[in-house]
Amino acid sequence: MKTVIDNYIRKEMFPNIWCPGCGNGIVLGAIIRAIDELKWDKNKIVAVSGIGCSSRITGYVDFCTMNTTHGRALPFATGIKMANPDLKVIVVMGDGDCSAIGGNHFIHAARRNIDLTAIIINNMIYGMTGGQYSPLTPTGKFGSTAPYGNIDQTFDLAELATVAGASYVARGTVYNVRQSTSLIKKALDKKGFSVVEIISDCPVSYGKMNKMKSPVDMLKWIKDMAVSKKVWEELSSDEKEGKYVVGEFLSKDRPDYTERYKEIIKKAQEMGGNK
Amino acid sequence: MNNLRKKKNIKLLQGNEACAEGALLAGVRFFAGYPITPSSEIAENMARELPKIGGKFIQMEDEIASMAAVIGASIAGLKSLTATSGPGMCLKQENLGFAIINEIPCVVVNAQRGGPSTGLPTKPSQGDMMQARWGTHGDHPIIALAPSTVNEILTLTIKAFNFSEKYRTPVILLLDEVIAHMREKVEIPTLEDIEVINRKKPTVPPEEYLPFKPDEDGIPPMANFGEGYPYHITGLVHNYKGLPTSNSQEIDAFIRRLHNKIQNNIKEIIINEKYFLDDAKIALIAYGSVARAAERTVKLSREEGLKVGLLKLLTIWPFCFEEVNKLAQQVDLIIVPEMNLGQMVLEVERASQGKCRVVPYGRVDGELINPIEILGKIREEIKK
Repeated sequence: MKTVIDNYIRKEMFPNIWCPGCGNGIVLGAIIRAIDELKWDKNKIVAVSGIGCSSRITGYVDFCTMNTTHGRALPFATGIKMANPDLKVIVVMGDGDCSAIGGNHFIHAARRNIDLTAIIINNMIYGMTGGQYSPLTPTGKFGSTAPYGNIDQTFDLAELATVAGASYVARGTVYNVRQSTSLIKKALDKKGFSVVEIISDCPVSYGKMNKMKSPVDMLKWIKDMAVSKKVWEELSSDEKEGKYVVGEFLSKDRPDYTERYKEIIKKAQEMGGNK
Repeated sequence: MNNLRKKKNIKLLQGNEACAEGALLAGVRFFAGYPITPSSEIAENMARELPKIGGKFIQMEDEIASMAAVIGASIAGLKSLTATSGPGMCLKQENLGFAIINEIPCVVVNAQRGGPSTGLPTKPSQGDMMQARWGTHGDHPIIALAPSTVNEILTLTIKAFNFSEKYRTPVILLLDEVIAHMREKVEIPTLEDIEVINRKKPTVPPEEYLPFKPDEDGIPPMANFGEGYPYHITGLVHNYKGLPTSNSQEIDAFIRRLHNKIQNNIKEIIINEKYFLDDAKIALIAYGSVARAAERTVKLSREEGLKVGLLKLLTIWPFCFEEVNKLAQQVDLIIVPEMNLGQMVLEVERASQGKCRVVPYGRVDGELINPIEILGKIREEIKK
């Protein structure tokens, strides 16, 4: 049966490299459905990623795509968007990619409020390299480099993006696919820097080390810990432990970086002219 | 926008300003950078001039991001420049490799200062010659040019962009603190006076486009993102389609092609100048600001009756192996003065193949090498 997905993928790249039960494919599906609903011209879409399992997404979609260096997807995307503001630029990153090695680029892309959509697939672990802990691995959980439990505090990417200056911030999960698709769609449609964190599962690395061996166990865990803002507000601080708020956190309209640079061009041409 | 620059004019320009002038003439419309001495004036000039002609400037959060943005902008169709110095050049290496493997045209200026590390921010050095060759990991080719006058900075900046667009490769322009900051008279050419090369575009429809399939010249035509040719770019070794490959034949052919597209064109890429070499028995080989001193040394030596000549390197990488090999058969002695403790002299030794004596002359105290001390070195060596 042909689905909407078939219109957007590079079939020769399948089967994909992801492990059975991995959430990356679910997010890929959500991104494609969101783009399809927006009816964007495929020739004007650019998808940029960094390094990691989730970053392989760009290889599977039939746009202008770019699998860049670890953590650097956002500055590559910034150059593309600056050079041609008519392009719709989507950036897909993993949690380690975005928040560790790419953390500085993330806050500065948000600060500039450049019109990019950042989708962070947060499986709370470095999957490709074998399950090392990331800045989003919950405190107390295990990784191959945290054999006695992780003592690090985690980032809250949604809060980080908000205070750094993004225009749109939301969080979804691979369990709540329809909600995630709709959040991605809103983010894509938003002018300015938009961020959607999707909590995902890595049964092979994260699950195995944290007593959730099957993908079903992991999805159940994700389902149980994801709560709406309304539910969250009614929880006691003990009950909030280990839970994640999902939904839309921020949506505001303000000019993005490329629009503001157009004003610079206007000003320079009015003031400058021939040197 | 071209009519802005049609009038022929002569200006007193700083080296870094000349670099910006050359870049604009070459058609640069994007600059991303990060402040660093002694290259910052290039960024300042680009920030002022680019928006006047509809170009874009952005100051990124670091040098890694600057290099990434430059590559992104180039893929989206704008000729792109970044400029830095040693510490920043170290950070650029990661994405420089990405530009090499994906054959993305761009130019990276390194206004060299003393190192290692923070080193000597306001003093000249030629300590990054080997970094220019091998700074980013992996077996890769590179083109690096080294002007020695402000005028050459302008012309070689244009040349650097032409090479980068023609051969689809990043090109490194190696300045040093002295020529980056000194001022000289420069005749600014008009667009009619110069050659400007733009990247080769695909002539086939999108469904037939293979983004990394080379033409006979070894260079694949490049579609810019947004022009209706959807394709994949990856830092992984890739096949003609741009998709990752682990096929050993494809890998071998790809890496060899990257090298050969430069190596097969060294006749055009290698530029150098000769002074009094015809009858020389002693040759100086120099580049950058040291070549200025060496040129003066040649004159002083000739006044003393010493048959000294100079080979001034403008293209550093690929190295002019054949030229030096021939020279080594003609002369008894080659002296290589450079502001390091012996980097290009290693290449000179390799190319000389023992056919003459090769002697380094290095200085690493943050001071320029002057003509008299090179002359002193010549006198010292001919006694041996």
